[in-house]
Amino acid sequence: MTNNTDRRGSLGLLARSPATLLAERMARVGELPSFTWLRKPETGMVMLRGRIGGDGARFNLGEATMTRCTLRLADGSVGVGTVRGRNARHAEMIALCDAMLQQPARAATIRMEVMNVLAQAEQERHARASADTAGSRVDFYTLVRGED
Amino acid sequence: MSIHQELDLAHMQAAFAAPVRDAQTCFRALLEGLARPGRIQRLADIPVPPAGLGAAQSAILLALADRDTPVWLPPVVRSAAAGAYLRFYCGCPLATRLADATFVVVSTLAGLPALYDLSLGDPEFPDRSATLLVEVASFDSGASLRLRGPGIADEAELRVADWSESATALVQENRRRVPLGVDIVLTCGDRLVGLPRTVHLTAEGMACM
Repeated sequence: MTNNTDRRGSLGLLARSPATLLAERMARVGELPSFTWLRKPETGMVMLRGRIGGDGARFNLGEATMTRCTLRLADGSVGVGTVRGRNARHAEMIALCDAMLQQPARAATIRMEVMNVLAQAEQERHARASADTAGSRVDFYTLVRGED
Repeated sequence: MSIHQELDLAHMQAAFAAPVRDAQTCFRALLEGLARPGRIQRLADIPVPPAGLGAAQSAILLALADRDTPVWLPPVVRSAAAGAYLRFYCGCPLATRLADATFVVVSTLAGLPALYDLSLGDPEFPDRSATLLVEVASFDSGASLRLRGPGIADEAELRVADWSESATALVQENRRRVPLGVDIVLTCGDRLVGLPRTVHLTAEGMACM
């Protein structure tokens, strides 16, 4: 199994990426492998918790809808897909992508054709958002007070 | 807690094909079994169980166990595929102490725990007690048990292989504690028989306790 931190990062990127972009990139990979479901896509709720104050206590921010699934390819590679919302197809694509990333033969292609593109698209989204925010930015200047 | 241990998904067996429908069918059969003690119920179309669990045992747990119901497994079963299977499909904690468990899996009648090691519920909430899932070798041979009580018109007869005097004693002591006590489900492959806490049991050909 690959490094778990890498895998966590990939799954995060996949979950944050738009379903349409992921589907489009997966279509370029070629024929997708057949798989068996370990857990068919199911939608449920998760409680989002985080440290909101400075004291470190957990705060229940609110519930979010999420969809998850787990599948296994013929060679035993297992992929999990978890995504916010109700898009079962998106969760399936994430799981497929995750499973293929576990396969030495396919991992490089997936990284090149899918992951890199998604990462770049995410960077662009962030840059756009930053640029949008920058438009309303206010800089506060403190004039140097002359003492003499 | 072992919940943070990584699950081996590469060898994970399949569970219910249609989780909602299959769990409901299983629930219905279990309800029927506990409502009519001594009558054998067969669970249809249930998945192949992981090593260490009977087919009916694993189906009952798939239907009923979740994160609020700690499941106790015999140590050998717990460390085998069954532990990972239940954690993945049910998300249930695996209890390390019998007293914490809502479901207690027993692989043979000889492995029956002592009644007072189990959670018997408390007087305000007798329902917060353990349910025992006991795998037996056969319902076609062995000691003949006579059952009376709610859900039985007159008297029901049940045969259980390897039934022991201590098993009789446990069921009888359990009856004396009503409304507290455990509910027992005997399983054999894909079949089950309910022995709820209200059942009066006498074993034929065995010294009465």
